[in-house]
Amino acid sequence: MSLAEALKNGKLVVTAEIAPPKGVNVQEMLENAELIKGKVDAANVTDQQSSVMRLGSLAGCHLLKQKGLEPVFQVTCRDRNRLALQSDLLSAYSLGITNVLCITGDYVSLGDHPSAKPVFDLDSVSLLQAAKALEQGKDLAGKELKGSPKFFLGAVVSPGAEPLEPQIIKMEKKVRAGAQFFQTQGVYEPAKFEKFIRASQYLGVPILAGIIPLRSVAMARFMNRAVAGVHVPEEMIQELDRATDKPAKSIEIAARLIREVRQLCQGVHIMAIGWEKRVPAILEAAGLA
Amino acid sequence: MIVSELKPLPATLDYLDGEQNIFILGCRGCAEASKTGGEAQVLEMKQVLEGAGKRVVGHTVADFLCDKALVKMKLYAHEQEVLAADSLLVMTCGLGVQATAAVVDRPVHPATNTINLGGSRGEWRGSERCLECGDCLLDYTGGICPLTACTKSLINGPCGGARDGRCEFEPDVRPCGWQLIYERLKKTGRLDEMKTLLPPKDYAKMQPPPSLRSTILWALEQKEPREAGLPR
Ligand code: SF4
Ligand code: SF4
Repeated sequence: MSLAEALKNGKLVVTAEIAPPKGVNVQEMLENAELIKGKVDAANVTDQQSSVMRLGSLAGCHLLKQKGLEPVFQVTCRDRNRLALQSDLLSAYSLGITNVLCITGDYVSLGDHPSAKPVFDLDSVSLLQAAKALEQGKDLAGKELKGSPKFFLGAVVSPGAEPLEPQIIKMEKKVRAGAQFFQTQGVYEPAKFEKFIRASQYLGVPILAGIIPLRSVAMARFMNRAVAGVHVPEEMIQELDRATDKPAKSIEIAARLIREVRQLCQGVHIMAIGWEKRVPAILEAAGLA
Repeated sequence: MIVSELKPLPATLDYLDGEQNIFILGCRGCAEASKTGGEAQVLEMKQVLEGAGKRVVGHTVADFLCDKALVKMKLYAHEQEVLAADSLLVMTCGLGVQATAAVVDRPVHPATNTINLGGSRGEWRGSERCLECGDCLLDYTGGICPLTACTKSLINGPCGGARDGRCEFEPDVRPCGWQLIYERLKKTGRLDEMKTLLPPKDYAKMQPPPSLRSTILWALEQKEPREAGLPR
């Protein structure tokens, strides 16, 4: 079943993130894919996440598809202008990749090539508009296409952002521009997430709650310090700190979060960031495997 | 005004490597205000170069180096010195260096780095910045420019990278432009403007329009050498 169908059927949808390697050795990536195959509805391949140069998302999606996994092609506006972005969308479709997640992208200064020239020719909203235009048989310049693609378009939103209002306004614009589903930034406070769900309910689009397993206390503290819109409550950090078996505890916490948010939305999106191998254990603990 | 700062001396000396006779050209406009190319800095540079074993064959300070006609007239008065020079060291902004290079057939070296204009084109001193994008969006954004206030020049709303109202790029230095826009719109009861779905920006409009490229002054500049009776 495709991601679009799964969401339409009202099934609790699970997606997970897979990071391509920094280099050409794709073995580990494919092993991780094998581990979650059959357990998730789709796998996002990240696009040079945090502005760190890596193997491309399009190639990664193609490899996953060959392995029988449904890929979500993440596309950021940071590195490509409108010609390259539209071209990549056409390329993806020609390879049978139809789920596209449209993202603005982190600023280059956060990554490993701070001397790069950032592009941002389009923003996430206009990237969605571009994908829509392609679907209608025209490119952004209004030129006729020889055959048009059909996508399932997604976007991201930060439910923990403060103030929330501008996030919701932009979310609405993304829906009007063509977004059909959302994956969110990491959620650690179900109550806050519920508020966000209520505020965005009127949009009527499926939302997958972002789950980032806490690998360590240091990681939790780092996210609180440096990651926008993410707040790990102090009690949760203490809980992890007290545990003797930290990996087991963090799996337990992630599974608990999944159980708490699953009632509120249409599914979960697991961003393991280096912990891909533990995704099956998390799903199992959450009763999703 | 266009702000410039002197390059580190080793870089400048490096440019002049293999050249012995140097002519120094300064500028009374922005460069003098930036303290990079006024009379005093030119004389200082003369001393430094002589200390480094160079021969300064001449030096002068023009009123505005960004004006090719003025550069040409100024250098005409120093023709023999310029002809004796291996190269010219130009102490002004990038525009002045380019203008100089356009009117002399000697190597031209920049002595400065042109840095951010600081929003001070024209006389109004404010913190506002304009990228001269040719299609002003201020109406949708509460009078705060999304191209310059937002690090990513986003036109449809915040990126989600802001923390506590600060931009993900340099939280210590800059506020999130979209946070400012949101607050201003909200305060003035115009938050609905933020919902406007703007199409991709037409960056072709950032080129000066033909009407500006053919002003009288521009036309004059093209004809100037002949009409002013100056050598080409
Ligand atoms: S929107 Fe364009 S014209 Fe208006 S202030 Fe910004 S850069 Fe200048
Ligand atoms: S944090 Fe704000 S100013 Fe910085 S890039 Fe994002 S929207 Fe623009």
